[in-house]
Amino acid sequence: MSLMGEVGQTAFNLGVPLAVHLDITYRCNERCVHCYLDHDDHGEMTTAEIKGVLDQLAEAGVFFLTFSGGEVFLRRDFFELVEHARRLMFNVKIKTNAVMIGEKEAKRLRALNIDTMQISLYSHRAEVHDAITKLPHSFERTVKAIKFLHDQGLRVTIANVLMTANLGDHYGTQKLAAELGVHYTLDPTITPMMDGDMGVLELRIPGKELEEVFRNPALVGNQEEFCAPPPLPSAEDLEGYSCSAGHSFCYISPYGDVFPCVQFPLPTGNVRQQKFLDIWNFSPQMNEVRSIQARDLTTCSSCSHVASCTRCPGLAYMEGNMRGPSTADCEKSFYRTGVATANMLRLGLEKPVSAGRGGQLIQIQAAV
Amino acid sequence: MSETYIARSPAVAARKLAGEMMVMNSENSTFFTLNEVATAIWQAADGQTPLSEIVRDHICETFEVTLEQARADAEHFVAELAGHGILIVSDRPIVLETIQ
Repeated sequence: MSLMGEVGQTAFNLGVPLAVHLDITYRCNERCVHCYLDHDDHGEMTTAEIKGVLDQLAEAGVFFLTFSGGEVFLRRDFFELVEHARRLMFNVKIKTNAVMIGEKEAKRLRALNIDTMQISLYSHRAEVHDAITKLPHSFERTVKAIKFLHDQGLRVTIANVLMTANLGDHYGTQKLAAELGVHYTLDPTITPMMDGDMGVLELRIPGKELEEVFRNPALVGNQEEFCAPPPLPSAEDLEGYSCSAGHSFCYISPYGDVFPCVQFPLPTGNVRQQKFLDIWNFSPQMNEVRSIQARDLTTCSSCSHVASCTRCPGLAYMEGNMRGPSTADCEKSFYRTGVATANMLRLGLEKPVSAGRGGQLIQIQAAV
Repeated sequence: MSETYIARSPAVAARKLAGEMMVMNSENSTFFTLNEVATAIWQAADGQTPLSEIVRDHICETFEVTLEQARADAEHFVAELAGHGILIVSDRPIVLETIQ
């Protein structure tokens, strides 16, 4: 195990919140067709409130801090918040569409020693990207910002969301990332709107296309290994947990609500009313999430994929049961390996049927 | 004999986990964990306190080792971390530009 892996395991075992994803606003200057957020401001935390939360997170042992949104640069105090975070010695990652980043901002970010800038880019073609963001010239501005950031020596990752609107463009976007000298990730996840509207899910790519993505060595590395049938689960596998949500990771919204993960909308408390560590340590909901082992899962505990599936407990929760299957992940396990899941067998299906919900993030990393 | 002063690089992120300090250099993503003794030196590396004083006050007393042994280990540790760019070393007190 790598040193980073060992540290992650230690934090997991001790219940230390090693990583936190903090959305500081849901407001945005783009209107992406696949976005699940309500962009109105319903009472974001103030500068002082967020700084107070950052102080608490440092005290709680958080090391990896992601600032995200919405578009983070729409907050006039954004640099003040990042400066405070860096003063507290967090490892800071920023997720942004970058359209508000010019040379001056890039220099300032470099001076703050940001670890990674993750930038949304949906195509190598301006017309496709701009049609998705609904912001004219956004492609041009985003690519320009990527160049500024790269020139400053910052680590940049292009994050592409794969959907029907840009399905044919992921090779081109990956090529553009390589030309720009930055990293690239591809994510086929489309999440339902926060208000429950499922219309956006029509943008999800068909399962058959997923199969093609999983067999692309440029995206998955060793394709044979990645797509191998799952080995028989061991007794130890059944003692395992789904992911780090609630164990060493959590999410905080711009309104101070704390959740086990970005895609796990189970309210566990609010930092405007309680101390972060009180929520983290004593919230019954957080403790319930972290108590669930593979053997406790309905259906999935008897599935051959149980040890290798990307099953998202948050997605399962959105489907009605945090111990149940996450249908989108059943789909991924099936199309990755060709082996039917227990959930499919239970329903008598030859192929998975989409649950009409978003899937767990599968981040397929491609090195530059 | 001249003194050695050490300061934590502003490029790093750091946090204590289970008694050991995690340190990551954002410039090259190198990641380290420091044991308890190294953590004590790291925490005392304020750029103003001479290394000899750090060794005497934070290492010998806390970890019950001889001054000679502690000094040799500390010098080795400081050279290694300086080589990775996460500690700044000088023969004068170090004043770093703080984040405004």
